[in-house]
Amino acid sequence: MCATCGCGHGEVRIEGVTHDTDHFKSFRPAAHAPDVSPARMVQIEQDILSKNNDLAGANRKYFSMRGIFALNMVSSPGSGKTTLLVRTITDLKGKLPVAVIEGDQETSNDAERIRATGAAAVQINTGRGCHLDAHMVMGALEQLKPAPASVLFIENVGNLVCPAAFDLGEAARVALFSVTEGEDKPLKYPDIFASADLVLINKIDLLPHLSYDMAKAEANVRRVNPRARIMTVSATSGEGLAEWYQWLSDPAARAAA
Amino acid sequence: MHEMSLCEGIISVLEAEAKKQNFARVKTVWLEVGPFSGAEPEAMKFCFDAVTRGTLAENARLEIVTPTGQGFCGTCMKTVTIAERYDPCPVCGAVLLQITGGEQLRIKELEVV
Repeated sequence: MCATCGCGHGEVRIEGVTHDTDHFKSFRPAAHAPDVSPARMVQIEQDILSKNNDLAGANRKYFSMRGIFALNMVSSPGSGKTTLLVRTITDLKGKLPVAVIEGDQETSNDAERIRATGAAAVQINTGRGCHLDAHMVMGALEQLKPAPASVLFIENVGNLVCPAAFDLGEAARVALFSVTEGEDKPLKYPDIFASADLVLINKIDLLPHLSYDMAKAEANVRRVNPRARIMTVSATSGEGLAEWYQWLSDPAARAAA
Repeated sequence: MHEMSLCEGIISVLEAEAKKQNFARVKTVWLEVGPFSGAEPEAMKFCFDAVTRGTLAENARLEIVTPTGQGFCGTCMKTVTIAERYDPCPVCGAVLLQITGGEQLRIKELEVV
């Protein structure tokens, strides 16, 4: 019945974690309370996401104790998240320790692409689920054990709607969209862009073949999120990546607006 | 379709509350779903019926309260009502309002036995 831990159909699978481990057991719903008295009203004022938020808080503590810089990478499918990560890991090899958590509904293709670069990666298959949540990330961390002071990329399921609501404990959220997707993506999916700290506009090497209005795209990002940093990049040609690498490796560069 | 996991979140809150406040079944759930919460009230209702089956909230009624979206206009220096996250101030037309309401996704109240 649970899309979050996956007991039942469309199961969540984390590489190396079986369903008998404590990670999954701890999330099974508790037994029901015993029968009692007549109808009454109960005020609770509880955030539905409170459980996820608590677990995200625990992940955040895990990261800060180890000096890990965790990023939640969100985008639609096909905007180039994995290509960008493969390029980033290759270019930063020997300069910055990197680990990756890959989220997809099915297959471990993306984790394999990352592991081919030599970086550690764990795949989460969400099964029925359309997003990663803090509990899944916690399970993946047990397997991955990212090195202290590393950068951890958490590549969310390609989806511009659902991941917006789920804090994973990341230090920053990076939203990616590509120039083949249309300038109005931020207006169509405002929640995800409003929650981003950095917006990467990818595939700019294709601009000569498109009638893409970059100024309009950036203005649309600004409309939903005035504080996000915007960078234009091409994971294929490498254009614009120097700024992205500086942002990744230098906290001072991130602090500067 | 993250409304499914949101509804599962509701069940886990209800189960925790059932222990704490000593009730066995939930008859009605009042839920606040803001226009900027990223959740769709109709989808919530659909998923709620599906995920409550076999739980302490089986056959419970789901009442959804929709608060208005609100933003603070730095030009007018006051809070205004808006329909979309990126709407300009309806009074002065300024853009980039600070969102102050409408992101709620909260269980307000329960009727329990």
